[in-house]
Amino acid sequence: MTSSAVTPPVLELRNLVVEFVNRHGTLRALDGISLSIAPGEVLGVVGESGAGKSLTGAAVIGLLEPPGRIASGEVLLAGQRIDQLPVEELRHIRGKRIGTIFQDPLTSLDPLYRVGEQLIETIRTHLPVSEQQARERAIALLAEVGIPAPEKRIDGYPHEFSGGMRQRVVIALALAAEPELIIADEPTTALDVSVQAQIIAVLKKLCRERGTAVMLITHDMGVIAETADRVAVMYAGRVIEIGPVRDVVKSPRHPYAKGLMGSIPALDERPERLLQIEGSMPRLTAIPQGCAFHPRCPHVMPRCHEARPVLEPIGAGQVACFLHEVRS
Amino acid sequence: MSTKPMVSVTHARKVFDVSQPWLERVLSGQDKQMLVAVDDVSFTIRKGETFALVGESGSGKSTVARMVTGLLPASSGTFAIDDVPLDPKAGYPLSLRRRLQMIFQDPYASLDPRWRVGAIIAEPMKAFGLARNEEEERGRVSKLLKLVGLDPADAVKFPHQFSGGQRQRIAIARALASDADVIVCDEPTSALDVSVQAQILNLMKDLQRDLGLTLLFISHNLAVVRYMADVIGVMYLGRLVEVARVETLFAQPRHPYTRMLLDAVPDLAMTGRSRQPVQGEVPNPISPPSGCTFHPRCPLANTRCQQEVPLMIDGVACHAVQEGRKS
Repeated sequence: MTSSAVTPPVLELRNLVVEFVNRHGTLRALDGISLSIAPGEVLGVVGESGAGKSLTGAAVIGLLEPPGRIASGEVLLAGQRIDQLPVEELRHIRGKRIGTIFQDPLTSLDPLYRVGEQLIETIRTHLPVSEQQARERAIALLAEVGIPAPEKRIDGYPHEFSGGMRQRVVIALALAAEPELIIADEPTTALDVSVQAQIIAVLKKLCRERGTAVMLITHDMGVIAETADRVAVMYAGRVIEIGPVRDVVKSPRHPYAKGLMGSIPALDERPERLLQIEGSMPRLTAIPQGCAFHPRCPHVMPRCHEARPVLEPIGAGQVACFLHEVRS
Repeated sequence: MSTKPMVSVTHARKVFDVSQPWLERVLSGQDKQMLVAVDDVSFTIRKGETFALVGESGSGKSTVARMVTGLLPASSGTFAIDDVPLDPKAGYPLSLRRRLQMIFQDPYASLDPRWRVGAIIAEPMKAFGLARNEEEERGRVSKLLKLVGLDPADAVKFPHQFSGGQRQRIAIARALASDADVIVCDEPTSALDVSVQAQILNLMKDLQRDLGLTLLFISHNLAVVRYMADVIGVMYLGRLVEVARVETLFAQPRHPYTRMLLDAVPDLAMTGRSRQPVQGEVPNPISPPSGCTFHPRCPLANTRCQQEVPLMIDGVACHAVQEGRKS
């Protein structure tokens, strides 16, 4: 871990379990997630659809849709538990101490209000400033996220901004109350590549300058490779490998992580064939016993069918696979 | 590989009328508004090769694909498949239609949810009278399902019983059902997860090799295109700006837009490396910039670029490259 012993991590998840209860029974969507993010660190959370990455983000900010609920485990923000707080208190933390950026900037912005009004409202909800001070702060924020002529654009409506510019406004909104943590769920997925690069650059610069920790949830390994310090790879509601971005991307250890990296076409070379993992991620209703990946795993061993591997430290990271226990 | 062009497109152009309704226009005194979605696009695809069109949203790549298939009438330009021309009014002759099929981006929308998979795949055979009786039809459906890696027993199931990747396999089986040899693929893997994308891309490559398919492949993903294509055409605001063989394009991109695009793509190899952020966004195609439409974002632009539309010469449409201008 890179976090020092003195300051607690900005975010820590301890054995987080999220379940959905319906009339057919209980579905376990997140099964014992443990991870932490240090101040100023960008933690990438990757996985394919249904792995539980967005759900992890939603659980942190207390926005699980019923019947989803945290069944056990802890969520700690700067060492303090927030998963059991009353709704009102959590609402205050969300926005003030945790900022959020979602995939589609149009749904994060209210089309009926000018961009400036939305920024000023957010600033004044969380900080004790006057209307005029809030407006100045809003203009400064817009300038910081790279919106040209912010003193004019602040009075524009969201529809007057392009996709990339809207996502910048959303970043400004997330930063408005100087949060310690930003949860960014697929922030660049809806954008064109050339704009994607600009948004990533803005996000990276701001976090570095302010020391904000970021949980960057995405399915795009390219974005992770470029932005994150550490990566957590998720599969079927579990973290199967976590470690420094260079290790996980260049030399992944878990067979799923290996398959995932190998299946991504690269720009700098053209392989004869892409690596291929057979099958697809199991549904929540049919998660296999033992290691959830064992039916697709090329190195499956008898014990993988029965026992579930836990994250064990290897090198600078952690891997949940019996293969590495045997070797080490 | 033969050098005979299987698909040829010459000076394709598509203009959409995006005007307000007549009364509104008259009341507010506006002119008609035209959007030139595709302008002066020409290319050929050799038999058995893959030609990929890449570009950002709004660059007109899907419009080109739909004009080539005849789904969308072109405003002007000529299209031909295997030297058979597309008639602007009647479309392709029936004998050719069988040979041309399309695979779409969203396998949730392109398969009829009320039809069984067997019926979906058999429809092209019925349409072109390719199976003499039901038994032969069933036999061919089973063979196609096996060909794309599904179980022949899947024929009685409905599309909702399949995952996204499996649905895309069904769409591929349907495209092959009429013995098509030219397949237009519009973002075939964009809606899929990466591990599933790898399965589909590998499958398409295998099928192309085994059946000698000619592919027109539309994608915004440069890495996917690098894996699939033989020749790449880069589009920007409705025009082709560069056409080159895949190795050449990635080793020596010439057009400033191609270079910018290659620079901008986040890639696994980017770890720890920071890149030049690109300036600006794609302009509104209703009022595109004058001259070369890329000039407001181009680091090499000068007054000539602002006035004169560059022509495609020797695979690249750029004044700066053609003049050898470096700044």
